[in-house]
Amino acid sequence: MGELVVETHDLTKKYGDLVAVDKLNLSIRQGEVFGILGPNGSGKTTTILMLLGLTEPTSGSVRVLGLDPARQPLSVKARVGYMPDEVGFYDELSARVNLIYIAKLNNLPRAEAHRRIEEALTRMGLHDVADQPVRTFSRGMRRRLGVAEVLLKRPQLVILDEPTQGLDPEGAREFLNIIRGLKQDGITVLLSSHLLHQVQAVCDRVGLFHRGRMVLEGSVPELAQKVLAGAYHVWLQVEGPEEAIQEALRQLPGAQDVTREDHNRYRVVASEDLRAEAARAVVQAGGQLLSLGVEMPSLDDIYARYFEEVHHGTAT
Amino acid sequence: MARQPEQPRERIRGREGSPWSGLWAVVAKEMADHLTGMRMRILEILIVLTAVGTVYAATQNLRETVGQDPFILLRLFTTSREPLPAFVGFLGFLVPLIAIALAFDSVNGEFSRRTMSRILAQPIYRDALLLGKFLAGIFTLALVLATIWLLIIGSGMIGLGVPPSGEEVARSLWFLLATIFYGGIWLSVAMLFSIIFRQPATAALASIATWLFFTVFWGILAGVLAPILQPVRYGFPEEILAQAQLELTLTRFSPNTLYTEVMLALLQPTVRSVGLVLPIQLHGAVLGTPLPLSQSVLLVWPQLTGLIAATILLFALGYVLFQRQEIRA
Repeated sequence: MGELVVETHDLTKKYGDLVAVDKLNLSIRQGEVFGILGPNGSGKTTTILMLLGLTEPTSGSVRVLGLDPARQPLSVKARVGYMPDEVGFYDELSARVNLIYIAKLNNLPRAEAHRRIEEALTRMGLHDVADQPVRTFSRGMRRRLGVAEVLLKRPQLVILDEPTQGLDPEGAREFLNIIRGLKQDGITVLLSSHLLHQVQAVCDRVGLFHRGRMVLEGSVPELAQKVLAGAYHVWLQVEGPEEAIQEALRQLPGAQDVTREDHNRYRVVASEDLRAEAARAVVQAGGQLLSLGVEMPSLDDIYARYFEEVHHGTAT
Repeated sequence: MARQPEQPRERIRGREGSPWSGLWAVVAKEMADHLTGMRMRILEILIVLTAVGTVYAATQNLRETVGQDPFILLRLFTTSREPLPAFVGFLGFLVPLIAIALAFDSVNGEFSRRTMSRILAQPIYRDALLLGKFLAGIFTLALVLATIWLLIIGSGMIGLGVPPSGEEVARSLWFLLATIFYGGIWLSVAMLFSIIFRQPATAALASIATWLFFTVFWGILAGVLAPILQPVRYGFPEEILAQAQLELTLTRFSPNTLYTEVMLALLQPTVRSVGLVLPIQLHGAVLGTPLPLSQSVLLVWPQLTGLIAATILLFALGYVLFQRQEIRA
C-alpha cells in the first residue's frame, strides 16, 4: 500500500469537560476505503471536522495529505472532498447552479468548471434533472448531488459522513457502488457510519469508535479474530440421537460452544470452519445429516459483542 | 489552540493564503439571491409605492412655490402633505425593515439548510463568507436606494420642471450615503442576531425588537434618565443646560437620532445646528440663509462617522462570534 493520506497523533478534542475525541491515532493509506464505526456521540463527526480544519484540535497533531489542516486549511480543503451527514443545498436553485457556486468558491476557471460540472452530473446520473430546483430532489438524489460536488475538486481524499443514512435499500446499494467507483479511481475514502453491513461491504479497514477513542482497528476478518476469537457459526440439521450428537460435536477440536436450537437444529461456535469435521462426527454418532452451513463472522456480531463486553467491563 | 512546540516555524507563519479568496463568489451568489428572492420583491414594491405616493404629494404642494426656493428638489424628500408623512419619514423605518429582511437569516439560514459545513469545507475562510454576505446586503441596499433616489430626482424634474442644481445633487448624494450606512447598522444588527440565534424567526424578532426599542422607547428613556443623572438642584441655567445636553447625548446613542440629524442638516440647508443653540451663539448669523454644503456636512460629520463606526463595530462583533462558532449543529 502507498503513503499515508491521513495521520493523526494523540489527537484530542475537548468541549469543556467533555472529551469528544481522546488521543486518537489514526492512519489511512492511499487508495483504501476506511470506515469509522461507532454509536452516535462517539466522536466520529468531530474527528472528521478536525481532519478538515473546521474544528481546532485541543491537542495532538493531524496530517492530511502531508498538510496541517489547522495551518494550511485552504490547501487541505482544496484537495479533500467532504460530504456532511444530512447534506443540504440551496433548495430554490437548480443542481447546476448549486455546483457552479461551489466551483467558484474553488476558484476553478470558467471553462474547466463547466466541463467538470457536466462530467460530475453525468457520472452521478443527474444530467437530466440538472436544471431542476434541488427542492424537487429525493434524498438519494441529494446525496448523489453531494458526491457530484465532491468530484468537482478532483479530490485525493473523500470524506463521507453517514453517506447511506436514510436511504432506501436500493439507494443505499447504489451509493455503495458509487463508493467502489471512487476507490477504482484511486481516491482514498473515509466514511463514517453506524450501518454495519454496508461498512463491511465496501471498507478495506474499519475503526471502531467508542467514547472518543478508537478501540479497535483492522479489516473485518482481523477484528473478528480479535473480538470473537474467530467465531465461525456452523449450523447443522441432523436427525438422530440428540445426546450423542451433541456430545460428538462438543468433542470436536476447536469447538467452543454447542447449542441445540430446534429439535433437529444445532449450532457450533468454533474458531475455524468446522463443517467437514462436524459432518463426520455427526454421522459417526449415528445421526442423519440433512443439511449444514457456516456463517462468516459479520461486523454486526463484532460490534454487538464488543459493546456487550464493554458493558460487562471486560474489554480493554 | 493546539500547542505544538515541535513545529514552531509553522506557528509563526500564521494563516495560509488570503482570507478573502472566494469573497466575490459569495457576494455574487448572495446578491443574486437577494435580487431574485420574493422577500426583496415585496419590499421593492413597498418602497416604490411609498416613493411614488410621497413624491406625488410633495410635488402637488411644491408647485406653488417653484422659483422661490433654490433647493426645491430637496424639498421633494422632506415635504409632507396630510395624511402622508414626508418620504424621509418613511425611509426612517423602511430602511431598517429592508436591512433586517436582508440579513436576519443570513448565517442561521445556512445552518438550518445544512449548507454551512458544505460551504466551509470549500477552500475559503469564514471571513470571506461573512464579509461576502454583509457586502451583498450593503450592495443590495445601495442598489435599491440609488434606484429610488434616481426615481425621485427624475420624477421631480418632470413634475416640477426644474433641473437639479449641482449642490442639490451633491447634498442628496450625501444623504444617499448616510441612508446606506443607516441601513448598514440594521444589517449588522440583524446579522449579529442571525449568528447568535439558531432560529431565523428569533433573530428577526430580536432585530425588530431592537429597532423598536431605539425608535420608540429610547427617546422616552433618555427623557427619564437625564433628570436622574443630571438633576436640576438650584435652578441655575447651567444646570438646565447640562441636563438638556445630557438628554441630547443619550438620544444620540440611537441610530435613528443620528440619521434624523444627518438628514435634517443635509436636506435643509438652512439648518445651522442639530444640537442646543444659545441665542448668543446666533449673534451675527443671518437666519434663514442656507449654509454651503461643506458646512452642512461638517455640521453632521460626527453623526455621519458615528453611523459608519456603529456599522463597523457591530459587524466586528458578529465577526468575532462567528469565528468562534462551532460548525456542528
